[in-house]
Amino acid sequence: MQQIPKEMFQPAAAELGEAEKISRPSLSYWKDVAIRFRKNKLAMFGLVLLVLLVFMAIFGPHMTKYDYATNDLMNTNQPPSSKHWFGTDDLGRDVFARTWYGARISLFIGLAAALIDLLIGVLWGGISGLRGGRTDEVMMRIADILWAVPYLLLVIILMVVLGQGLGTMILAMTITGWINMARIVRGQVLQLKSQEYVLASQTLGASTSRIMFKHLIPNAMGPILVTLTLSIPSAIFTEAFLSYLGLGVPQPLASWGTMASDGVQAMQYYPWRLFFPATFICLTIFAFNVVGDGLRDALDPRLRK
Amino acid sequence: MLRYIGRRLLYMLLSLFLIITATFFLMRAAPGGPFSGEKKLPPEIEKNLNEYYGLDRPWYSQYFDYLVSVAKWDFGPSFKYKGQTVNDLISDGFPVSFFLGMEALLIAVSIGILLGIIAALNHNKWQDYGAMVFAVLGISVPSFIMASVLQYFLAIKLHLFPVARWESLQHTVLPALALAATPMAFIARLTRSSMLEVLSNDYIRTAKAKGLSRGQITVKHAIRNALLPVVTYLGPLSAGILTGSFVIEKIFGIPGLGSHFVLSISNRDYTVIMGVTVFYSILLLASVLLVDIAYGFIDPRIKLAGGKKGE
Repeated sequence: MQQIPKEMFQPAAAELGEAEKISRPSLSYWKDVAIRFRKNKLAMFGLVLLVLLVFMAIFGPHMTKYDYATNDLMNTNQPPSSKHWFGTDDLGRDVFARTWYGARISLFIGLAAALIDLLIGVLWGGISGLRGGRTDEVMMRIADILWAVPYLLLVIILMVVLGQGLGTMILAMTITGWINMARIVRGQVLQLKSQEYVLASQTLGASTSRIMFKHLIPNAMGPILVTLTLSIPSAIFTEAFLSYLGLGVPQPLASWGTMASDGVQAMQYYPWRLFFPATFICLTIFAFNVVGDGLRDALDPRLRK
Repeated sequence: MLRYIGRRLLYMLLSLFLIITATFFLMRAAPGGPFSGEKKLPPEIEKNLNEYYGLDRPWYSQYFDYLVSVAKWDFGPSFKYKGQTVNDLISDGFPVSFFLGMEALLIAVSIGILLGIIAALNHNKWQDYGAMVFAVLGISVPSFIMASVLQYFLAIKLHLFPVARWESLQHTVLPALALAATPMAFIARLTRSSMLEVLSNDYIRTAKAKGLSRGQITVKHAIRNALLPVVTYLGPLSAGILTGSFVIEKIFGIPGLGSHFVLSISNRDYTVIMGVTVFYSILLLASVLLVDIAYGFIDPRIKLAGGKKGE
């Protein structure tokens, strides 16, 4: 074997700095999500649309001097003009004022129904998933049986019995509406609860509710958020559907659903009465849908580039 | 498999029992009796009517009777139409609704799948964007607006189709299209995403490496697997088409069960509302069960709980 002189060995310069350098900026999960969401043009468009719609729902009714409920029988069914920007309806009420007032009611119904679903769903699904065993079995069986009840039929029956109104509509929608959320939360909790950090937290003596609200729910936030965003348009859809069946909010209250279903009857002669509420229903549902889809894509780490 | 079906049947009966009970008590709690109308009936007549329909008996006896009669497929009389029973209304209106629903289902499934496949095969090309814009439109437009707009432009303005009524096959096209629009959009999106997922699988690459043509791969390997989620969607789909028909039948003046139902809602004809609800629920629960069982047969990867080993 050849002798290798010691001089041939030279220590390589330790470039510790280079190896340890982080070439990409460090990002938290939610920052990463935000960046990817912003790159999605359609979703950003939907978000801007939603902001505009909410802005108009808040300030729109104050932009015109007309009131949503005041009849003006001298000026019925006027086409859009500089006086009445969106025209007037069969009782001479200003469609612009009614549209944005209706936006408040439709958006309120959508948001309220979605938030109540969220509350019940997270509690039910969370407890069911975390407890497991018998509790889980019983709670999920109850959910299964309720889930089998046809949603819209139940809502219709409840509206018939309870009578028309904002509160009854939200109640009717949420009575089985929470099940979807509960199932998703339960699935997430089942997946997350076997993670080591939950075990560590348990070992440290954390209470069940602390584990649930500090560890499980924040980590399940992604799917919860997506479900929430997508359940708002379906509530708005249901509101429009019920209004068309004559089970919407009572007069003189305006919602997009009641306005559109009135407008449908008058479409041939006074198309603007259908056009404005219908357009805004579609835009809102569209916006929530693309934002929800965008969120789902942004939250999915597999789609990361 | 048999045990699975048995258990599912049991749950279905439980759900059904819950629905019947809930509707029965909700309808009793509803404001106004069955005979309260514009004119007050003389007390003797009201007493006779109550006796005739068994309304004078205590609630548990009425409730029990109702359960028994539903089990015998008898949904009771209508209080608003003299001499009509709910069964008459169902046998009168349901065939029409069934035909319309099936036509819509066929349109939704065939065009939806086609759009989804085209979009997935041309991922990120104009066909993809076109199909998805179409799908988003279908999801964003409530059915009664879609139906009215279709009716206005295609029937009233362009005279391509009859405006309303239910006489020939021509009359069925517009309502079926309007009814199919939203489910079609859902199916297109569902097919597209599941097709994209399947196409990225290893066995597709294997098939390509084997030298199969694009068409063969698509038809023999991709579509068959990509359609599984669509099969699961058939349950909710039938529910959507069924409830959608209430609105569509009203707009197009179709004498189906849906328009009877809507009419009974505005008339507050409680027995009809109750009977039709129970009938629809039976229909939907049965179709969901059928879809689930079919799914177990179609997808070999799924072993239904309680099935034998190696099945």
